[in-house]
Amino acid sequence: MEFILFTLLNGLSYGLLLFMLSSGLTLIFSMMGVLNFAHASFYMLGAYFAYSISVNLSFWVAFLAAPAIVAGLGAAVERYGLRHVHKYGHAAELLFTFGLSYIVVELVQVTWGRATVQYSIPAELDGPLFTLYGTSFPIYRGFMMLVASLMMLSIYLALTRTRVGLVVQAALTHPSMVEALGHNVPRVFTLVFAGGCGLAALAGVIGGDAFVTEPGMAATVGSIIFVVVVVGGLGSLAGALIASLLIGMVQTFAVSLDYSVLTLLTALGIQETALRGSVLRITVAQMAPMLPYMLLVLVLILRPKGLMGTREG
Amino acid sequence: MSSSYQRTSLAGSAVICVTLLSTPALAETVRVAFIDPLSGTFAALGQNELQSFHAMAARANQEKWAGDNQLEFVGFDNQASPQISLVQLKNAIDQGYRYITQANGSGAALALIDAINKHNERNPGKEVMFLNHGAVDPSLTNDKCSFWHFGFDANADMKSQVLINHLATNPAIKKVYIINQDYAAGHQFTRGEKEYLKSARADLELVGEDLVPLGKVKDFSPYIAKIKASGADSVVTGNWGTDLSLLIKAAKEAGLNANFYTYYANLKGAPIAMGADGADRVRYVGIWNINNETFAGEDIATSFKQKYNDDFTWMVSYSIVAMFSKAIKESGSTDPVKVGFALEGMKATSLNGQVEMRASDHQLLQPLYIGVWTKADGKTVKYDQEGTGYGWKTEKKYEASASTQPTTCAMKRPPRS
Repeated sequence: MEFILFTLLNGLSYGLLLFMLSSGLTLIFSMMGVLNFAHASFYMLGAYFAYSISVNLSFWVAFLAAPAIVAGLGAAVERYGLRHVHKYGHAAELLFTFGLSYIVVELVQVTWGRATVQYSIPAELDGPLFTLYGTSFPIYRGFMMLVASLMMLSIYLALTRTRVGLVVQAALTHPSMVEALGHNVPRVFTLVFAGGCGLAALAGVIGGDAFVTEPGMAATVGSIIFVVVVVGGLGSLAGALIASLLIGMVQTFAVSLDYSVLTLLTALGIQETALRGSVLRITVAQMAPMLPYMLLVLVLILRPKGLMGTREG
Repeated sequence: MSSSYQRTSLAGSAVICVTLLSTPALAETVRVAFIDPLSGTFAALGQNELQSFHAMAARANQEKWAGDNQLEFVGFDNQASPQISLVQLKNAIDQGYRYITQANGSGAALALIDAINKHNERNPGKEVMFLNHGAVDPSLTNDKCSFWHFGFDANADMKSQVLINHLATNPAIKKVYIINQDYAAGHQFTRGEKEYLKSARADLELVGEDLVPLGKVKDFSPYIAKIKASGADSVVTGNWGTDLSLLIKAAKEAGLNANFYTYYANLKGAPIAMGADGADRVRYVGIWNINNETFAGEDIATSFKQKYNDDFTWMVSYSIVAMFSKAIKESGSTDPVKVGFALEGMKATSLNGQVEMRASDHQLLQPLYIGVWTKADGKTVKYDQEGTGYGWKTEKKYEASASTQPTTCAMKRPPRS
C-alpha cells in the first residue's frame, strides 16, 4: 500500500515535470508548425541561468528571472532566426533548430564548464513534506507538482479566457483571417515561441536542482519529450498532459516489476533451461528506461496521430 | 703553441665526453594519454582524476622519480563511451603516445585492451601499454589478461570480498539489497557480492537486486521506494559518479535509514549529496583513506587542495606514477616492453603501504581500507570532504592477503629483447 502510494506520487511528480517540458514544445508546434529541436536546450539554459542567479542572489529570484531571460532569448531566436528561415519551409526550420541545439550545448560548456554544477535545492524547500509509514515525501517534489499544476492552470486560462489567448487560438487555424482583422500575427508567433521557451526554462529551474545540471541534460530529456508530444498527439496540450503522466507512471512502476518473460513461462509450468541466458530473462525493471520508446513505436503503429491528436500523419 | 692547442682541445673533448656521460641519451618526456570522460555526466570525476595525475607527475618530475625523464599526462575525452575510447586511442597512437591510462567504465577498458593487443601484434617495436587506473572488471586480469595491461586498482572481486566480509561482521545486518550499474563491472559486482553474501554468514538474506542503466537515470526515487518496500537494512552498491550521488540524494529525501556499503562514496560528488545525513551509515571500501593510521599522503592532499581547490581522493595516481617511474628508472628505458618486464613482480611502497604487482596477471596486490562517514573531530577524522564537516574514519584496514585471489590468467609475453 505504502509502496504503491509513494510510487504513484513519484510517478505523478515526474510526469508533471515532463508535462512542463513538453507543453511548450507542443504549443509551439501547434502554432507555428515548427518542431523545435532546440526545446530541451532552453530547458538546460533555464537550469544554468537559475544556478548562476541562485548562487549570487537567491533561488526565488532565479525562479522568476531565469524563465524570463530564456523567454527573451527565445523571442530573439524567433524574431532574428526562425522568421527568416520560415520562408524556406519546414525542413529549413527543423535544421535551424537542430543546429541551434548544438550551438547551445557548446555555449553552455564554454560558459559553465563541462562538469556538473552544484545547483542545489534551497534550504527552505529541503526536507520532508510528510511522513507516512516511515517513508517521507520531500517538500521539493510537492513544490514541483504545485508549480506544474499552477502552470497548467494558467496556460489553460490564458488560452481560453483572455483576448490574447483567443487571438492565439484563432491564429492557429486561420492565420490569414486573423491578420486581415488587423492582428499582428508574426508578433503572436514570437510571443508563443518565447512563451514556450520560458515554460521549458521554468521546468529547467525546478528540474535542474532536483536532478543534475550538466551539459548532457538537454540530450537526456530531449528524446523523452519528443516521445511525450508524439504519443499525446502533436499540437495537443491535453494529449501532452495525458502522455506525460502516462510515461511518468510507466517508468516509475516498471522499476518495481522484477518479472520477465521467463518468470511468466516458469509460472505456466514451462521449464526450459536453454532459455535461462537469453533475452527472455531481462526483467521489466531493467527495461524501464526503454519502455517510453516502445510506447512510442506502439502508438505510431496503432494510432499515428497520437492519443489526442487531430492532425493526420 | 701547438702543444697548448692540443691540450685545450683534449680538455675540450674531455668536457664534451663528461657532459655526454652525465646526460643519458634517453632523457625524454614520457607522455601518457588519459582516456576518460572529461565532458558529460561523469566529467567532474574525470577532471579530478586527471588533476591528480598532473599533481603526481609534477611531484615525480621535480623529485626525479624517473631519473631525468619527465612524465606528462594529457587528457583525451572519451565521453564514457567504449567507441569514442577507441577513436581516442587511435588519436593517441597517431600522435606517438606509447602509454595510455583509463578507469571509468570497464566496457571501455575491455575495448581498449582488445585494440591494444591487436595493435601491438601488428606493430612490433611500436607497442602501446595500458596502465589501468580503475577499471575493475576482474576479467581484465583473468580470462582477458594481457601483458600490455596493468591493473593498479583492486578489482571488483577483491573489493567485494572485503566489503561483504566486513558487512558480515556487523551482527545487526540481516537483509541486504544489491544495486549496481548495468554494464561490465556492475554485473561483476552483482555476481561477486551474491557469491560472498552466501559464504560470509548463513543468516544474511538477499532481499532484492537491481541493475540501473549507466549514467541515464536522473530520478532514483522509484528504486528507493522499491528498496524500502523490500525491508532491506543495508544497501550494497557499486554505483559511481552521479549514479551514486543521485541514489544517495533520493534515499535521503525518502528518509531511507539503511546502511550503505559502497565502493565509490569517497569520490567527488557523493559526499556533498550525503551531508550530515549519511553519518555512521555510509561506508566505502577503497585503496586509501586520507584519515589513515599515519595520515600518509596528507601533504599531497593539502597541496592538491591549494592548487585545485578540490579533494585528493584518487590515490591510484600515486601508485601508478611511483611504480611507472621506478620501472623506467630500473629498466633504463621508456620502451613499453622493457618497462612492462620491470613492472612485473615489482614491490613498492604506496600511500597505503606495501604493494606488489603480481607478475602472473598484472594485478596490484595491496591493502584495502573501510571508511565510515563520520563528523570530523580533528583526531581520527582530521580531514573532512567537500566542505561538509564530515569525513571518512578508518573503520578497518585489511592487509593485502585479505583480498588476494587466485587468477586464471595464462599470459602471453613478448620476447625479452
